[in-house]
Amino acid sequence: MWDQILQFLLTGVTLGSTYALVALGFAIIYNASDVVNLAQGEFVMLGAMSAIALSAGEGLALPLAILLAVGVTLVVGLMLQRFAIAPAKGITVVGTIIITIGASIFLRGLALLLWGKDIHALPHFSGETPLRLGEVTLLPQNLWVMGGTALLVLTVHLFFNRTLVGKAILACSCNKTAAQLVGINVGRMLLVAYGLSALLGAMAGVLVAPITYTSYDAGIMLGLKGFAAAVLGGMGNPMGAVAGGLLLGLVESLAAGLISSGYKDAIAFVILLLVLFLRPSGLFGRATAERV
Amino acid sequence: MKFTQLISSIACAGLLAWAAPSSAADTIKIGSFLAVTGPASFLGDPELKTLQLYVDEINQQGGLLGKPVELIHYDTGGNAKEAVNFFKRLVKKDKVDIILGGSSSGESLAVMPLAEEEEIPFISMAGAVKIIEPVQKWTFKTPHTDRMAAAKIYEDMKRRGITKVALITGDGGFDKSGREECLKLAPEYGIEIVADESYGNKDTDMTAQLTKIRNSGAQAILNFGFGTGPAIVTKNVRQLGIELPLYQSHGVASKKFIELAGEAANGVRLPAAALLVPEKLSDDDPQKAALLAYKQKYEAAHGDVSTFGGHAYDAFVIAVEAIKRAGTTDKAKVRDAIEQTQGLPGTAGIFNLSATDHMGLGLDAFKMLQICGADWVIVDETAEGAGLAAAGGDKNCG
Repeated sequence: MWDQILQFLLTGVTLGSTYALVALGFAIIYNASDVVNLAQGEFVMLGAMSAIALSAGEGLALPLAILLAVGVTLVVGLMLQRFAIAPAKGITVVGTIIITIGASIFLRGLALLLWGKDIHALPHFSGETPLRLGEVTLLPQNLWVMGGTALLVLTVHLFFNRTLVGKAILACSCNKTAAQLVGINVGRMLLVAYGLSALLGAMAGVLVAPITYTSYDAGIMLGLKGFAAAVLGGMGNPMGAVAGGLLLGLVESLAAGLISSGYKDAIAFVILLLVLFLRPSGLFGRATAERV
Repeated sequence: MKFTQLISSIACAGLLAWAAPSSAADTIKIGSFLAVTGPASFLGDPELKTLQLYVDEINQQGGLLGKPVELIHYDTGGNAKEAVNFFKRLVKKDKVDIILGGSSSGESLAVMPLAEEEEIPFISMAGAVKIIEPVQKWTFKTPHTDRMAAAKIYEDMKRRGITKVALITGDGGFDKSGREECLKLAPEYGIEIVADESYGNKDTDMTAQLTKIRNSGAQAILNFGFGTGPAIVTKNVRQLGIELPLYQSHGVASKKFIELAGEAANGVRLPAAALLVPEKLSDDDPQKAALLAYKQKYEAAHGDVSTFGGHAYDAFVIAVEAIKRAGTTDKAKVRDAIEQTQGLPGTAGIFNLSATDHMGLGLDAFKMLQICGADWVIVDETAEGAGLAAAGGDKNCG
């Protein structure tokens, strides 16, 4: 029984790590501009798909292909901000969110045209021989996902708390006007935020693609789960988003294993609703009071 | 004033369009509606390509009954409502002689009442049992049903002495219908379903469900689905070190599945049409010539052959042969001739239709295949549980 539960927990942490990285991307852009970037899932798909295209299609070595794929997605993220979000200056937050929906549909269509409807797989980074710990097994790729996520989360944490640029982004989220008054270039900070989100999304995509496969529409579901995780943890709190992602992954896996696989998504979303009902700002979000 | 002008010009255009087809009365018209775009395009695309190839071929050979054949096709995008509209248009406006089409079961089921009402022969290319059960006078179909797939798998299990089976299925229409048939048929083969798990078709990890199955006392795992799900299940089974035989459905009968599941696919068994392995059939197999001819013709024009295009080939051959035997395009006579189709080798099997069976395929139409070193191997069904299973388990491909 304990072996079984340990297996569920391991599965949950792997799943949760993916959700956490997507949620982190949501949180960063939300932090900088109060906007929910609904093209976040497409960054994940783009990272994975371009890595596959570069390694399998162009015959590049895997590490080089991954590096280039992350670079490509980064550029797409920057272009999204520069050519779609920035020109719509002064538009409401809802308006910007709608632009990101448009961008997500556009990116999906582009991927469909470039790479077709087929499902693709990326080779595992270090083989497929499962590692055994008693009755519990995991793939080397699971360790890559968990380790990669931990490293990225730590880097993002340090970036926001120890560097000037990171602090400047936080300043923009607190008060745009005040940030501008002390000499922060708000536009450039937004550009950095989108770039960072795209980077994280692409990394997540590349890390999980060997296990989960990918296709042009893989971003929809991942985006949705990542968004749920971000809301669960408290929108705008990067570490809360990570915790939300891990929690969502664990709940899904335990629900599928111990209760019913048919209802695992329902159980996960019921817990999400309960949390929002009892704590509307999410588990780790600060309660916001609006002055009227 | 402007409005009436507009109305009258529309009316004129409508009249012209109405009048146009009647000018070419001396052709045999085959109508078709397929999901060439949209989510079911992996079905409709090879189906349309196949029909076009063979209509061209028959015209080069001087046509049918001495008349040229014309293919009139509409793309439904997989939408059942569109299918109904196009079916009406094919009957009323294009005045076709026979209709071959309906890539998905949804489209086919939606147009069936129309086929009965308009009294036009209709050959569907979709899988659901409901299309031919109960038998409708004017409706036929060519692909195997999911019930046949389940029966074929259970037969193989029985030969290997397996009685306890764990079922794992996705949440799509194909998966759910397959699951129902599996549950319904199990008692007939003396099989007990000891676990009945499911996953979302977009899920990325099924180890939780499979861990549960590992502890359920099952002797084999049966996964009914298509897309990424079955590939992930296959990989997860190996990852968890589960040594049980793994069965998949005909939903993954393509090279893509082997490519996705990689090494883990070795030893997986599935029922599939012989079209996947025409070269491996024995020379006296009555299907071999037809299969090789279709495969070569399709691959020369469009790349890798799929069983879905094969369904269109079967429908086309059945229709052409029936029209030849009837010697006319009279709808009632063609319908009777289709029903009398006997011993016709197609890609799905040998077709033997009758008044009570509008599909005409037996269980022998499916071959039991095992994946071995990224290729298909035909399981020797006469070997009574010996053969591959006895030769050192599933990982050893025999």
